[in-house]
Amino acid sequence: MLNQLSISQLAAQLDRREISARQILADCLEQIHRCDDRIHAFLSCDDADAAAQADAADKSLAAGVTRRQKPLLGIPVAIKDVIAVRGQPLHCGSKILGSFVSPYDATVIEKLKDAGAIVFGRLNMDEFAMGSSTENSAFGVTRNPWDLSRIPGGSSGGSAAAVAAFECIASLGSDTGGSIRQPAALCGCVGLKPTYGRVSRYGLTAFASSLDQIGPLARDVRDAATVLGVISGHDPRDSSSVPVPVPDYAASLDAPIKGLKLGLAKEYMIGGLDPEVGGAVQAAVQQFEKLGAEIVEVSLPHTEYAVAAYYIIATAEASANLARFDGVRYGARVEGADPTDLYCKTRGAGFGPEVKRRIILGAYVLSSGYYDAYYLRAQKARTLIRRDFLRAFEKVDAIVTPTAPTAAFKIGEKADDPLQMYLSDIFTISCNLAGICGLSLPCGFTANPKLPIGLQLLGQPFGEETLLRLARAYEQSAGWRHEKPPALP
Amino acid sequence: MPANFDVQYVARLARIALTPAEEEKFAAQLSQVLGYIEKLNQLDVSGIEPTAHAVPLLNVVRPDKVCPSLDNQDALRNAPAKANGLFLVPKIVE
Repeated sequence: MLNQLSISQLAAQLDRREISARQILADCLEQIHRCDDRIHAFLSCDDADAAAQADAADKSLAAGVTRRQKPLLGIPVAIKDVIAVRGQPLHCGSKILGSFVSPYDATVIEKLKDAGAIVFGRLNMDEFAMGSSTENSAFGVTRNPWDLSRIPGGSSGGSAAAVAAFECIASLGSDTGGSIRQPAALCGCVGLKPTYGRVSRYGLTAFASSLDQIGPLARDVRDAATVLGVISGHDPRDSSSVPVPVPDYAASLDAPIKGLKLGLAKEYMIGGLDPEVGGAVQAAVQQFEKLGAEIVEVSLPHTEYAVAAYYIIATAEASANLARFDGVRYGARVEGADPTDLYCKTRGAGFGPEVKRRIILGAYVLSSGYYDAYYLRAQKARTLIRRDFLRAFEKVDAIVTPTAPTAAFKIGEKADDPLQMYLSDIFTISCNLAGICGLSLPCGFTANPKLPIGLQLLGQPFGEETLLRLARAYEQSAGWRHEKPPALP
Repeated sequence: MPANFDVQYVARLARIALTPAEEEKFAAQLSQVLGYIEKLNQLDVSGIEPTAHAVPLLNVVRPDKVCPSLDNQDALRNAPAKANGLFLVPKIVE
């Protein structure tokens, strides 16, 4: 049952030679074969390639390579299907990529491999990361390990479900409007969206380039800190990555949080908040107070415009980014009488409904005569939203909110109502618009059925260290991370 | 929502062929979303500079030196149609 342990537990046992990387991987693969036909977190998994990496890790361990040199040596990490791994398929949860195989490694993959991780599996997601439930995958929905009739969240639903179902030790996801934090909350794991510019996006299929970030999903805060430390840093191949030094996130984790100031935003106390979620968040805030944090009320007055601004900016950028899927250089092609006919047919057949809706909306808000009214106005709203946060951070070290307004909803419940689905992102979207960092961790469960509830911490640009420290202190005192999905097959 | 939102026209701009059923469904769903987005009109944005992205960087350049890149074979690896080291596309110029 090594697949149920954390990175830090496995690292200790590996370093004492009590276990091998091959054994950890074998336990993960066995769990996948046992239960993934019901969870469907994985689109594919190259067992032989993973085994070869595990053997290489065991050789390195035998040769005396240290944990300091390779912090993830022997640890299986699974990857969202939007990040390129050389020689492995990449579909972005879409049919339009056909039988695409990545010709190169994303920078985060190079970094994971350099750190000794076993990079394996392709994790299910909403098509091109557009969605909040993983129902928009062209390859079928992923189910929540806590209740198989419910969604795991999205768009990184496979990444969260795989960690929660003990199919991998940690995973990578991507977050454009909450796509790491919301599934982490709904599946009961820890998910972190780094500051814009913290992690290179080279090799990440672009959705909305001014919002996208790659980040870790993990069993606990320490594991998230370890993976973040490995994947962070400036990359000349991503001109939006920022040359800010990477701190030793794990080293400062256990510092006391006494005296840190936590902000509560009154604009986040909305009507649609489920009472059980509200209660759990309130209890967590009291717990933070007991741990010595000071609770301060802050105001984020432009919060109510965030969803509208987001769905203009994100769709506008998506309509430009997804222009590359035209059936010419890669992926599936539907032949046409002329190039335009080929593009229209290829994209009509290859994209699913949500992707089509968003590209059309994006093309509209950018189209002649509407640019100022929609796109430019949304960018100005974005300035105000970002300013709200920067002002709040003059008074507090972090802001605490629910991650999602409700626990996991039923499969199909919102599938045909895009606007309701968009509104469920209300707490996570501002973070991407403002370019700050955010983390979700478990803060309790609903009573019946028993479903995880997520607490969100929002931090200053490049303030991940403080977020992780706060999250770790809470996690240690709360004990939620010892809970396991009861019905896990 | 603006009365002149023509889903067929915008889909054409976006180079996406829609079935009549999709046209009808998307028109209704996008009207709802556009109706919600109208909310932004309540916001006073006079004198506010737009934010394109949140990174404190401008005009990032690198030295003009040749770097390794994908070779021809890797670049063509996923091509739907290829010949002689090139992508094959329908005739563009009459």
